[in-house]
Amino acid sequence: MPKLTVDGIEVEVPAGATVLQAAEAAGKEIPRFCYHERLSIAGNCRMCLVEVKPGPPKPQASCALPAADGQEIRTDSAMVKKAREGVMEFLLINHPLDCPICDQGGECDLQDQSIAYGKGHSRFDENKRAVTEKYMGPIVKTVMTRCIQCTRCVRFAEEVAGVEEIGAIYRGENMQITSYLERAVTSELSGNVVDLCPVGALTSKAYAFEARPWELKKTPGIDVMDAIGTNVRLDARGRQVLRSLPRINEDVNEEWASDKTRHAVDGLVRNRLDKPYVRVDGKLKAASWEEAFAAIAKAMQGVSGNQVAGLAGDLAEVESVYALKALLKAYGSSLHEARVDGALYDVASPASYRFNPTIAGVEDAKAILLVGTNPRWEAPLVNTRIRKAIKKGAKVYAVGPEVDLTYPVQWLGADISALNELPEALTKAEDVIVIAGMGACLIEGGYAAARQVASALNAGFGLLHTAAGRVGALDVGFTTEGGFGAVVEAAPKVIFSLGVDEAELAGFFGGAFKVYIGTHGDRGAHSADVILPGATYVEKPGTWVNMEGRVQRTERAVFPVGDAREDWTILRALSAVLGKTLPFDSLAQLRSKIAADHPTLAEEGLAPVAALDAAPKGGDVSGTIVYPIADFYLTNPIARSSPTMQRCSAELIHGESFAEAAE
Amino acid sequence: MADAAHIPDEAETRARWGGFAWNAENAEKAQQILARYPKGREQSASIPFLDLAQRQVGAETNTQGWLPVPVIEFVAKQIGVSYMRVYEVATFYTMFNLAPVGRFHVQVCGTTPCMLRGSDDVLAACKNKGLVKGKTTPDGLFTLTEVECLGACSNAPMVQINDDNFEDLTYDSTIALLEALAEGKPVKIGPQIDRQVSAPEGGPTTLVEMVTENHDYRGRW
Amino acid sequence: MLEDKDRIFTNLYGFQDWRLEAAMKRGDWDNTKALMQIAQDDIIQTIKDSGLRGRGGAGFPTGMKWSFMPKEPKPGKPNFLVINADESEPGSCKDREIIRHDPHKLIEGALIAGYAMRARAAYIYIRGEYIIEAKVLFEAVQEAYDKGLIGKNACGSGYDFDVFVHRGAGAYICGEETAMLESLEGKKGQPRLKPPFPAGAGLYGCPTTVNNVESIAVAPTILRRGAAWFASFGRENNKGTKLFQISGHVNKPCVVEEAMSIPFRELIEKHCGGIRGGWDNLLAVIPGGSSVPLVPAAEIMDAPMDFDGLRALGSGLGTAAVIVMDKSTDIVRAISRLSYFYKHESCGQCTPCREGTGWMWRVMERLREGNADVSEIDMLQEVTKQVEGHTICALGDAAAWPIQGLIRHFRPELERRIAVKRGEAPVAVAAE
Repeated sequence: MPKLTVDGIEVEVPAGATVLQAAEAAGKEIPRFCYHERLSIAGNCRMCLVEVKPGPPKPQASCALPAADGQEIRTDSAMVKKAREGVMEFLLINHPLDCPICDQGGECDLQDQSIAYGKGHSRFDENKRAVTEKYMGPIVKTVMTRCIQCTRCVRFAEEVAGVEEIGAIYRGENMQITSYLERAVTSELSGNVVDLCPVGALTSKAYAFEARPWELKKTPGIDVMDAIGTNVRLDARGRQVLRSLPRINEDVNEEWASDKTRHAVDGLVRNRLDKPYVRVDGKLKAASWEEAFAAIAKAMQGVSGNQVAGLAGDLAEVESVYALKALLKAYGSSLHEARVDGALYDVASPASYRFNPTIAGVEDAKAILLVGTNPRWEAPLVNTRIRKAIKKGAKVYAVGPEVDLTYPVQWLGADISALNELPEALTKAEDVIVIAGMGACLIEGGYAAARQVASALNAGFGLLHTAAGRVGALDVGFTTEGGFGAVVEAAPKVIFSLGVDEAELAGFFGGAFKVYIGTHGDRGAHSADVILPGATYVEKPGTWVNMEGRVQRTERAVFPVGDAREDWTILRALSAVLGKTLPFDSLAQLRSKIAADHPTLAEEGLAPVAALDAAPKGGDVSGTIVYPIADFYLTNPIARSSPTMQRCSAELIHGESFAEAAE
Repeated sequence: MADAAHIPDEAETRARWGGFAWNAENAEKAQQILARYPKGREQSASIPFLDLAQRQVGAETNTQGWLPVPVIEFVAKQIGVSYMRVYEVATFYTMFNLAPVGRFHVQVCGTTPCMLRGSDDVLAACKNKGLVKGKTTPDGLFTLTEVECLGACSNAPMVQINDDNFEDLTYDSTIALLEALAEGKPVKIGPQIDRQVSAPEGGPTTLVEMVTENHDYRGRW
Repeated sequence: MLEDKDRIFTNLYGFQDWRLEAAMKRGDWDNTKALMQIAQDDIIQTIKDSGLRGRGGAGFPTGMKWSFMPKEPKPGKPNFLVINADESEPGSCKDREIIRHDPHKLIEGALIAGYAMRARAAYIYIRGEYIIEAKVLFEAVQEAYDKGLIGKNACGSGYDFDVFVHRGAGAYICGEETAMLESLEGKKGQPRLKPPFPAGAGLYGCPTTVNNVESIAVAPTILRRGAAWFASFGRENNKGTKLFQISGHVNKPCVVEEAMSIPFRELIEKHCGGIRGGWDNLLAVIPGGSSVPLVPAAEIMDAPMDFDGLRALGSGLGTAAVIVMDKSTDIVRAISRLSYFYKHESCGQCTPCREGTGWMWRVMERLREGNADVSEIDMLQEVTKQVEGHTICALGDAAAWPIQGLIRHFRPELERRIAVKRGEAPVAVAAE
């Protein structure tokens, strides 16, 4: 624990800390461009120079210098001030003065720091350098003349995203940041370079010229594009969320977000269900709430018990699932299911369906066995954790069809029976975790086989969910013995669907009367008999439980569109029409009911649960694994309605070329 | 524009160079090169491999060679490194040609020591023979590049053409050199004046015994 | 004058064959096994006692550098010797002569130095443009392998030592030791941050010492003749013999081995046939390669050519690459051309160098024409100070110093050109 002084203030920092970190510990702000906590140290911008004694009589880059016992650091001396002003001047001489038309304006590190270290006038009498734009794909817009060559994007692509497709070519003042041959960067994390870029060189293509940061209302939220529970900040202007940016949460997403998390938000205002619809003579017709409710009431006449069923889709939050369960219960029905993808796994205790090792805990594994999961698509930010584990020496094994996970994997076979013959290096390894995906659970006995392997390896076990609403729904017991198949078999007369869009209900429940509560004119709505327009994740306060079982709450960022309403209020209103009035009139009342029935949902955070019990029994299993996600960019109605996601899919999955058409 | 060399059309180069692979001789050389570096450090071979590849391209095209993108990708695959990292290397080092060059790559040093002794004359000679900086002559013979110090300063001014240095040049000797090359006549490598390498003109001021015999000075220690 | 018997590089001019047989006749590889029976630390002590300072420009004591290497390399982390043959400093052309005419001195030196610093192998990084030189070196290394002089049980000493040659591909910056390591690892030659220093974590993360060709090539002779012999040349703290490379406006430019501290006048008179046009025609000298500030004629004429003597003149010995400029020189252009060189060779990694070298060159080009304001001379001086000492490696300093030297000694000339351009002064022949 070195002890040193920064501007006379004594601080003690952990061994291995840098002088920059020591200065921060002393409350001294150190300007920087290239340094980033989560990337390797480049030391190239030279903005963080400080004076160090003992040492050479010139300023040192504090980001790269190890803090040592007895150092005297000055961040406020004349030497330091002059050095930083010098660096700032160099950064500015070739930087265009186009702040008024730059999307980074208002949240630009260079702009901010030039206030403190800039000269206020230019002595540079030469022509400024101009650099042509580089095509980087559908997410990232480039204005490379603004680039200050900090190489954060290069390091991010290589170290975090695991795609070495961004680099710096040529040298000296001709050095240019570019993607390989100016092709689209094939990463589902590419949008993070926009946040990392300290200037306006890399900006968000979809958000270009949309708004200024000071116009935006910022609401903390939770992303629902996957089951990670990425903490986001929703930036809205008026009634539209324009951006979804990651908030730091070390346990969940660190400070990253997938491109879907960031950019599916333009699907929130497209293809929306903004009023109720009722099917008349085979055709859906716009209706009033009263007409829609009346149609449902008519269908519900004489229905009781398991003649009515409920299904919870991928994007349903805890409150609406609980409310639907309560309504079904009022009819005496226990026919409800959240595993609408048909996957089967134990739901007896939370540990059996949670991602028990925790997302952050993945980093500590020494060996990781993936069973039927493509984490790069199913949970990109679990994939980054696996990359970190590998950096620390972990080995990764996988059962499933070979895909590019951005790191070396020992593939054991595409058939789940490969679990029967595990390599010795794995069976002898310590600190193993087994990550089972829905691809395994879709095979009969697959879940049990994965559990048995985990138990035999004395490994941690984590189920990798793909749906944001799934674990919350499981937590409120929205399941049926036998799963989705059992619901189909029961052939209910009326089905309430909370945004089920990933399964073709029409095929399973041909004759049933289908009530769809959802947000987009997608698959679920098309086959519905009554559509009740609900609220998206940004339009309602909600409780979300991520794959680990972590409870997170969100606020409303904007109001629902048109006549749409928060889903639980729809069910509450409907219950009154049906004469089964649900016993809560406010969100607070609803939440206290949920808390009483399900104590783990009472507080935000990760509530401890009983350890995994013995692995379920099962015989030999076999079957070729099919990963649940066929197209990363189009996994839910919001994403499918998003022009940005559609373009990503066309370009990055289906190989259509947009490079020529780029601005 | 700060953008450097115009990289030739990708589709065209892919069609021509997509199937690039080492010829038999270079395959052996490549193995020798790899043997110089520890296992797991194959990336160290990036520069030697790019050089080898450029030479092979040169041999196949009867020029001094260049590095079409598919050839760079071939090298990257050989050493198990991402395309981007090898592409960066190819653009960083000046000896890698990113566009085709002629049969003779005339690299005139223009840095101060050569400038002081008349590199302007050498460049003037090149110009008067129709060579243009950064371009290849229409007959495909000469590509002219002004390069930075090539480390032959006591023999300035100098030019490196392909693998050979021509030193102590004047306007006239440069003209003569270019003409001889164009006509396929033999040329004298090294100093173009009466001088043994970097010894003073007219004979060495030291170690004169060495001129005539392999003298062993140890007897006088 | 240094006597021929005390010259280390006896085949400097290549009058005789460079191959092993001829080299052995000249005294190379003479019972090298005996040298390798000297305790490693004693070898390092001898090198320290000889006063040998690094010949690559910085002049760091070679023996001390070797002593930084771990005495007991950890398993899987062998020590490496990297020999810097990336001779690219404008004015320098000495290593080229060693490599093409006396390669076995270098290879033997690599073995001895490698043994002394407990290295497992040496990589000789030779600049890519030294094509013929590299060819000689590859062949010479093969000869040494074939005769068992290097490789397993080198020279019968029981010590295993490999020597590998690695060619660069055109980047001055790779002469910087950590950029060289990056380049050896197959990457762009961008200098690394220090710490960690190469002796702790260098090539492939292993302890590494980077030495100049000349520093390594003189080591066997120092061991054979003793530290006292080497230290008998030159002034205190500036010992030994040195290859001087004289270019520019002398009558007979050449490379020559002389005693350290030889007065400039003597060096030029004895070996270069004097200044072109006589001593009165001398304008200025860049005494140590492009990176050091120029010294005006009056100050350099009788100065001792060594580290401290030239430092006292505000310049440096550098690689002893002596660039002589007579009064016909357009001194502003001469320095501006160096500024272009640094702009061209900046790796682009860190801000002050990437942005500063281009700015400085452009201002220099305007000053060459007088197309500037007098205040821009001071601005240029300030810009050089903003680059100097603020970069990752020394290229920033090297780009700044020549300009600082020019302003220090030739400011009136800069101002005159500005005045002429504005029509405020008569057009005169430059500095006549």
